[in-house]
Amino acid sequence: MSVAFDEKVHKTLADANLQLAIYRATGRLIDHRKHAVAATALPDYQELRTQANALKRHTIEHLDHYLEQFEANLTAHGGKAIYCQDATEVADFVLGLAKERGAHLIVKSKSMTTEEIDLNERLEHHNLESVETDLGEYILQLAHQRPYHIVAPALHLTRYDVGDLFARTLGVANETVVERQALIARAVLRQKFLAADIGISGANFLVADSGAVLLVENEGNARLTTSAPKIHIAVAGIEKLIPRAQDLAVFLKLLGRSATGQALTVYTSFLSGPRRAGEIDGPEEFYVVLLDNGRTKLLADPGKRESLYCIRCGACLNHCPVYRKIGGHSFPWVYSGPIGAIITPQFMGIEHEPSLPFASSLCGACAEVCPVKIDIPKVLLELRAEVKQAEERKGANRLERLAFKIWAWVMCHPRIYEMAAMAAASVAPAENGKWLRSAPAVMNLPPVRAWLSQRDLPPAPAKSFRELWRKR
Amino acid sequence: MSREATLNKVRTALGRSAGQGIAAPPPVRLRVEAHLEAHLEAHLEAIGMEARIASMLRAVEALAGKSRRAATGEDARSYVGAVLDGRSAVASNAPFLRECGVVDLAGVQSGFTDAAALRALCATAEVGITSADYALADTGTLVMLASPAEARLISLLPPVHIAVVPKERVLSGLDELFTILPHPAAQTSSMVLITGPSRTADIEQILVRGVHGPGEIHVVVVG
Repeated sequence: MSVAFDEKVHKTLADANLQLAIYRATGRLIDHRKHAVAATALPDYQELRTQANALKRHTIEHLDHYLEQFEANLTAHGGKAIYCQDATEVADFVLGLAKERGAHLIVKSKSMTTEEIDLNERLEHHNLESVETDLGEYILQLAHQRPYHIVAPALHLTRYDVGDLFARTLGVANETVVERQALIARAVLRQKFLAADIGISGANFLVADSGAVLLVENEGNARLTTSAPKIHIAVAGIEKLIPRAQDLAVFLKLLGRSATGQALTVYTSFLSGPRRAGEIDGPEEFYVVLLDNGRTKLLADPGKRESLYCIRCGACLNHCPVYRKIGGHSFPWVYSGPIGAIITPQFMGIEHEPSLPFASSLCGACAEVCPVKIDIPKVLLELRAEVKQAEERKGANRLERLAFKIWAWVMCHPRIYEMAAMAAASVAPAENGKWLRSAPAVMNLPPVRAWLSQRDLPPAPAKSFRELWRKR
Repeated sequence: MSREATLNKVRTALGRSAGQGIAAPPPVRLRVEAHLEAHLEAHLEAIGMEARIASMLRAVEALAGKSRRAATGEDARSYVGAVLDGRSAVASNAPFLRECGVVDLAGVQSGFTDAAALRALCATAEVGITSADYALADTGTLVMLASPAEARLISLLPPVHIAVVPKERVLSGLDELFTILPHPAAQTSSMVLITGPSRTADIEQILVRGVHGPGEIHVVVVG
């Protein structure tokens, strides 16, 4: 485990307020989802998951075909597809367009993809004002932080944090009533929407047979971002494609319910190109950025390709016992939780944070709630194997390998195992039946310390199972 | 160009070549009530319609919206008048609103075809009045297609949104919508589904309505 990861984890674990905030927020989302997908509320939930998985699998396996189909239909509706390989290409495109059109102010709706490429920072570096408009994202932009959770980005902040932040950055009175805080944001951002030259959104889905971008949201900021400015740019990962508009009947039933327990989010926008002749309002220009940024690397691995099926509902975060303890900011990249643990190493390279695939108990809760049935534990195991193979090639962790060899040998020799267990039990401190949380004095060696820094050990029982078995 | 580079990377990753055909996609999955015997159809449809309307009104209320069944256009007009209560409003160009006489109510402005003028008015009006192309009974959703009759900003900028919908447009849900409208992009550049008032729970998961869009929504089903 890297020092940075270790430090962030322990900082989160030691912060009782933060622990409570994560626990309550994820607990509420778990509860809402449970009711929304119950057999009485959605009888065909499992069939929908199966269909969603089949649709995603089919699309990803034929992604080149669907990209071209999407582009052709988008073009036919007067929009333009912009293929970008990385963050620099996206920033260059936006900057170039802004310069050509004399644009200064950009409004943004929530997009994990633009977080991934630090788009705001890149634009601001060139003196463009780029304002997040989702309430949570706006708060984070003012606080210079990244999202804590895919769906609830500011879940780690309290209303008091927000009151201080607004007072400090917006020059308003320190207001701690949430309704009034929302009104402050509404008033500030409404002026931005009406003055903005460009609106940048993400995309929840790209619909190939329509050349359309689909966006879900609750606040209305995505609608404003895509309706008020003259130019709309949607930034989407290439994996967001689905074949047909009709497939939305499947995905929309799953996405809102899995994310927040809503049958449908308040607003669902299906946008195909700029405003057409006769339509009264809407953008005059419409661009869809199709971003690779490491996705084709992931695509090349048939065993882990399914990581690209993700529709970013956040259910795996809420249900993950590890996420619920270590929180979103412990993770090394914008994507946190189980899905972050499998896509981060694949996007950024396994050496970026090799311990990430190990930050899981493999309990399988993530796979159970995934609306598109990604087998996250399977991918985690494959990544673990890759990390270990890489270490072996480098000749690292000789001690660990030796320890496992000894362990295997002991396990194959019952007598020796029994003696070893008795020896271990006699050495382990009694601690009044409490779990062992740090290395005891007699075993205070670096490997033992390291092992116990991540885990607790149950107290040794008074009698071993073997002893009890013999006396039964 | 990044277009070719990206497409080539995708093809190489998948072991495919340019222009290669694809396997058939999984069949479309839409569940709409099975076709009924012709002689029962009319009768059951009448019952089905009433059940749908009841579900629509219930679902809107469950989302903290206000719903109203109006027997006639005249009833709808008087309900809208009572909600307006002298407040300024902008109404869409939907023919149904004119039929109901809603656009003739005091304080209501309508008939805009110019984007800038409409936007300026929407930014200050207290109420936006629209019809809807469809409504979804199971979720209490309004389906709005951008067209010369319906602008995007009327249901978005004013803090209150009133939708007046003839009962024939109430569908059972998403499956029926996408059965009737398999290709929304063929008709419009923007199809928006509105399910309840604008809301957020981004601060401490405390629910606040009307953060960017209208915090108050009224759905009037007519007929």
